[in-house]
Amino acid sequence: MELLSNLALGFQTAVSPLNLLYCLAGALIGTLIGVLPGIGPVQTIAILLPTTFALPPVSALIMLSGIYYGAQYGGSTTSILVNVPGEASAVVTCIDGHQMARQGRAGAALSISALGSFVAGTFATFVLAVLAVPLSEFAFRFGPAEYFSLMVFGLIGSVVLASGSLLKAVGMIVLGLLLGMVGTDVTSGAHRFTFGIPELADGIGFVSLAMGLFGICDIIHSLEKRERRDILKSKLTGFWLSGSDIKASAPAVLRGTLCGSLLGILPGGGAILSSFTAYMLEKKSSKNPESFGKGNICGVAAPESANNAAAQTSFVPLLTLGIPPNVVLAMMAGAMMIHGIQPGPRVITSNPELFWGVIVSMWVGNLLLVLLNLPLVGMWVRLLSVPFRLLYPAILLFCCIGLYSVNNNTFDIGLTALCGLLGYVFHKLDCEPAPLILGFILGPMMEENLRRGMLLSRGDPAVFFTRPLSLAFLLMAAVLLLLVALPSIRRSRESAFKEG
Amino acid sequence: MCIRHPKDFLTGVMFVGFGAAAMALSFGLAIGSAAKMGPGYFPFLLGAFLAVLGAVILLRSLVSARRVKEWPVLHLKPLGIVLLSVVLFSRALKPLGLVVSTVGLVVLASAASHEFRWKEALLTAAVLAVVVWTVFVYFLEFQIPVWPQLVAGRT
Repeated sequence: MELLSNLALGFQTAVSPLNLLYCLAGALIGTLIGVLPGIGPVQTIAILLPTTFALPPVSALIMLSGIYYGAQYGGSTTSILVNVPGEASAVVTCIDGHQMARQGRAGAALSISALGSFVAGTFATFVLAVLAVPLSEFAFRFGPAEYFSLMVFGLIGSVVLASGSLLKAVGMIVLGLLLGMVGTDVTSGAHRFTFGIPELADGIGFVSLAMGLFGICDIIHSLEKRERRDILKSKLTGFWLSGSDIKASAPAVLRGTLCGSLLGILPGGGAILSSFTAYMLEKKSSKNPESFGKGNICGVAAPESANNAAAQTSFVPLLTLGIPPNVVLAMMAGAMMIHGIQPGPRVITSNPELFWGVIVSMWVGNLLLVLLNLPLVGMWVRLLSVPFRLLYPAILLFCCIGLYSVNNNTFDIGLTALCGLLGYVFHKLDCEPAPLILGFILGPMMEENLRRGMLLSRGDPAVFFTRPLSLAFLLMAAVLLLLVALPSIRRSRESAFKEG
Repeated sequence: MCIRHPKDFLTGVMFVGFGAAAMALSFGLAIGSAAKMGPGYFPFLLGAFLAVLGAVILLRSLVSARRVKEWPVLHLKPLGIVLLSVVLFSRALKPLGLVVSTVGLVVLASAASHEFRWKEALLTAAVLAVVVWTVFVYFLEFQIPVWPQLVAGRT
């Protein structure tokens, strides 16, 4: 059994005392930041990226995955207790979760969200482990043309399944690709778009860009709104689920898990899409759909399981094909590259202990979250009552010190302020920054593969259409674009994201 | 003809601007040929695509939208203060050291909130300065200047 020996290798790596500690630390800090309203996994990862740079790559990735799940879990806690979704994927959890909290069943809602996430995480870890080897072997057959087309497909997929204007999202991708070009050209050594600034020769720092667009910009954005919170004041009790709760929610957890595992693998899939889909699926298949929105436990169980399953399976395209399917995974890809690991099919053979260690640590991280967060929930609630005006200067300060620590220079801090300004402009113009990050990560790889593909074909672009796999990817991208352009689908796409 | 969708209009202007700038800057680099692409080839293509896309969005904003949409509202105070505090921190860190920069950043950034209170901001700054010194200087032993250069130079 190759799978078992692989998982055993992973266990050895993941449960070494040091890595276990980093996993725990990541999960805790991730929850700590993720609990803050308005701060989701993307912002959390952006803010905490520098904390992992001093670690060896395996530990850093383990800690980052811990941060990711912790942030997601923290987000659900906030949506249940405060009715302010910490992040987009927790929007649907708000609907029934907060109603349950108002009925005095916040404990049950938090428990099912934790247990559902754990079940989903366990299943999705296995999906990831089973799919990883065959998929990465499949990817070894890819030439540059296939890779280029796959990236086009991945980028298109990520905007088609997201909300908002398609044209703008495509524009943001292209802008991201362009920003990815800044720095020294690998092939010729020429400096591109550096304006003679020596610090830009290595390109725009990923941490600066991510922190500016998500961390700093979101703080400014939150400051524009007046604070209004609806915190649950009553004491939290009753974490134990009753027999009828378990009976009602078990099938919902399973359906959510399957739905999330499947959607997580798709480009553009991931936590947000899967939790919306799982919620709607649950509502449609329920015997009494009118009880949704009024504190139905299935309305918490299904999306929470789905988003956790998807969070895990969305590692599949990143670790096997090197394509981040959504912005959170783009952050992980950025972190891997900073550690000198190029995400892609080679990871599994060249760094098996990293690959399997990270996979197993995801499961361990989920277990730790269940064990820790239910007892700690009182602490998170107290954190929620700290006013934002005291929190944000602290977040800003830790961002700045973190940025300085990356390269021990202050240029990165100034660059981040600039990126924050850019992010503010994007926000005001309703331009989502997520596609830009994806483009930024994929830009250099896309150019490299385009160059090599065209070099091999002696300048004939037909190579992208004559190689069957490459053609298939491009056709799929075209079909996706056409689908969105169809009016009927466009309408249902818009309404799907307004369901919350 | 009037601007019916200001946000889209401005997005269009922004994309055209970035696209045109990328094209112009790519001209300064070697473009090369399709078979042997120079450093300017791909950015030039991207810039052209972005400019066209921006133009489409811009033109559409003049005709589409069933009713005229509003212009985006800017709140310059939080934007300016937060960005300024970050930039000042980056300028102050090397000459003035971590402790002074921290206090400056926290007090200035706090002023961005509409609930700003001097006492509270100073207290937060003091607490954070102690926390930051304990965590980053004492425990993690960061390579970071702690005190202003003049003072540190004498000791």
